[in-house]
Amino acid sequence: MTERPAVVQMRGITKRFPGVLANDAVDLDIRAGEVHALLGENGAGKSTLMNVLAGLYRQDEGEIVVRGRRVEFHSPRDAIAAGIGMVHQHFKLVPVQTVVENVIIGMDRPRFVLNLPRLEREIAALAGQYHLPVDPRAYVWQLSVGEQQRVEILKMLHRGAEVLILDEPTPVLTPQETESLFDTIRRLIGQGKAIVFITHKLTEVTAAASRITVLRDGRVAGVTTPQETSPQALATMMVGRGVSFHIEKEPVRPGEPVLVVEDLKSLNDRGLPALRGVSFDIRHGEILGVAGVAGNGQRELAEVLTGLRKATGGRVRIAGHDVTNRSSRDIIEHRVSHVPEDRLGEGLVPNLSVSDNLILKGYRTGALARGPFLVPSAILDLARQLISTFDIDTPGPQTPVRLLSGGNQQKVLLARELHVAPNLLVAVHPTRGVDVGATEFVRKRLLQRRAEGTGILLISEDLDEVLALSDRVAVVCEGRIMGIVPAENADVTTIGLMMAGARGARA
Amino acid sequence: MSNASLGLRLEKRLKPSRAIAFVVPLASLLLALVLGGAILAMSGANPLVTYAAMLEGAFGTPAQWAQGRYYNLSETLVKATPLALCGLGIGIALRMLFWNVGAEGQLAMGGLAASAVALLWGPGLPAPAVLPLMAAAGFLGGAVWGLIPALLKACLKVNEIITTLMMNYIAVFLVEYLFYGPWRDPGGYGFPGTAEFVPAAWLPRLGNTRIHLGLVAVPVAALVIWLVLARTRWGYEIKVIGENPRAASYAGINLALNIAMVMVLSGGLAGLAGMSEVAGISHRLQKGLTVGHGLTAIIVAWLARMDPWKTIVVAFLVAALLVGGDQIQITMHLPAATALVLQGAILFCMVGGDLFIKYRLRWRGAARRGSAPAREAR
Repeated sequence: MTERPAVVQMRGITKRFPGVLANDAVDLDIRAGEVHALLGENGAGKSTLMNVLAGLYRQDEGEIVVRGRRVEFHSPRDAIAAGIGMVHQHFKLVPVQTVVENVIIGMDRPRFVLNLPRLEREIAALAGQYHLPVDPRAYVWQLSVGEQQRVEILKMLHRGAEVLILDEPTPVLTPQETESLFDTIRRLIGQGKAIVFITHKLTEVTAAASRITVLRDGRVAGVTTPQETSPQALATMMVGRGVSFHIEKEPVRPGEPVLVVEDLKSLNDRGLPALRGVSFDIRHGEILGVAGVAGNGQRELAEVLTGLRKATGGRVRIAGHDVTNRSSRDIIEHRVSHVPEDRLGEGLVPNLSVSDNLILKGYRTGALARGPFLVPSAILDLARQLISTFDIDTPGPQTPVRLLSGGNQQKVLLARELHVAPNLLVAVHPTRGVDVGATEFVRKRLLQRRAEGTGILLISEDLDEVLALSDRVAVVCEGRIMGIVPAENADVTTIGLMMAGARGARA
Repeated sequence: MSNASLGLRLEKRLKPSRAIAFVVPLASLLLALVLGGAILAMSGANPLVTYAAMLEGAFGTPAQWAQGRYYNLSETLVKATPLALCGLGIGIALRMLFWNVGAEGQLAMGGLAASAVALLWGPGLPAPAVLPLMAAAGFLGGAVWGLIPALLKACLKVNEIITTLMMNYIAVFLVEYLFYGPWRDPGGYGFPGTAEFVPAAWLPRLGNTRIHLGLVAVPVAALVIWLVLARTRWGYEIKVIGENPRAASYAGINLALNIAMVMVLSGGLAGLAGMSEVAGISHRLQKGLTVGHGLTAIIVAWLARMDPWKTIVVAFLVAALLVGGDQIQITMHLPAATALVLQGAILFCMVGGDLFIKYRLRWRGAARRGSAPAREAR
């Protein structure tokens, strides 16, 4: 097999954000005529790396070489001048302008006289060449999402992009539009252009890519081709098999079912199906882990169960009560606790104090409120008690939560959600972004609650964590449960296959 | 980036220090005085003499106080009353990120409702019942006017800045229609206004000044708002919604209900300001009820950072600025617009200076590598 020369070489790219190392000495070669898939979990650093290549961010270390020449990009304009164009996940189009106007927006020429009919012909020709059907005179707000994406691609091609970066192009598309996009991609590489395709969907990688680079935690976890690898190998590479940790898990005899979910359906934020008929149950004193590549319905599942998202079908029963589509307050009153994915954005109020955050769920009830009034002394007592039992490192109960470390913020959240002895706990990525010590602490607390009879739904990207903590593991893919297996002696290869869409057994 | 040619950029301060929060407003005021001074000098007035005249106009002089003449100070307090009441109302709505720019209209509707009570039932009611009924009607009038945009926002997600602003015009023109038309005083020699209220509908005044009982409503309202925010479940919900609406939904807080309740209080306070203006100052519904206090109060609430006690202080200072500005037209024979220009310069600098409490200005490239501004980190 003849190796084509690399059009773009990224060498040792490091990009830091305050408190985060987004890319750590990443090398990447992009060759003419190839579809290069950039695979990785959310937060693995894929988009950051490509934003560096597209001139939106500047790397802190490392260099970019385009066709043998070292380049310095100060803006996306520099990048497109070097033939590198990016189609972002969230389109950058002006809805009230036409397709043509959007394509030429921000360009140097035409300088003064706008010959729209000629530009329309040019763009229509370009669209025909690469099979990107769209009416050049239509206004962008009239277009479907798939058509808007075509406009973005046309915009980059019209500017002479030789390397086209597509940032997660498919989640917004229907299957037909996806097929059409792949057709366009094949035409583009036929013309010797290079495509970088950012995704975390394994099926697409095997369908479309010629080479694959897997990123994990900002580093390259491996470079391979679809011929040399398999979906489950890719899944393991993405999720990572770090040092296996051992957790003492007391055997608990599960009790009655506390959560029963039947044929649950729901839509994602874009109005596309996210849950396509999910059924399972969780017993008192049982942890059900959810394994799967991010974006396969996990977030929507947690939100429907906690009343933050409407179910479009199916039933949810908690401790025998039908709570389908009840308000989040009703569900809280059925003693359902929730550790949400987005700690600071949803689970905490960063500008309010530790004690104000600790009463976020309980301020209406018990000793904390007397009629319409809060009882400051009771609140302070509770805060002091939780700060000590959950070992929260804070200067005091009145310190704003935003000033605490990530691990301590998570402890505040956990203290609030766990001290009420919940029937059910929905925990989403409970250890993401917290340090080793806090991770250990969080896991112990979850197991302690399990021993005390709480049913726990554990959603995590960390397969090791899911396997170590759970009693059973449900593997999800594209909004469906591919199978539920006992965590003990679970076969990672089988789980990897199921994460990639293969059907498994139900236990 | 777009401002690359300027070479300057704003960087968020990690933690606004106490010193900065004190120095910046002072520096802003100083800058405003210098700017205003330049304008005054251009129009041929001595800036220092003019500023002294403004101070005197707003507060009077020690010599006058010694003689027991407090006219200027009392006028400042008279103006501070509606500013503070509207500012308190706007502040509590802003606490949960609801931009009530409709206090002007709510004030007008409060004045209208109170006037209706005084004109239609005032003569027939027992005297002690008239004022409480007028106050209740004033509160209610403002509350209803505030509730309409609140419900539009809560149920249909209509932008409240537009609706509250537009409702101002409806209210102001409705009031004008009434005192030019059906409610016009037949014996008023064509003067645009209703007949004078019966004396039972007049708020008691302090001595021979125009300071009226409405002034007492200001600390009472501030105390109520402080209590609500610091001590009640409702106040806690307001704070959570204002700081993080998603966390509020997550905690099962009813956003729609809270928007409605807060706007009843917010509009009600502005309505009370309208009631106290008609019952305390004009004793009739007439032109001059809506002179922009409801709009100026937005600046009051903003500069006070929505704190109820600071709102009172800021309202007093802004009132002093307004009264002092009026006075220099008389004492310095300056055109009316000069006072407006000075007021504008001062308020503009104060509000603009606020930015520097939270942000600092940096030359491009002065920041260390790797310390990217937070907004890039997404």
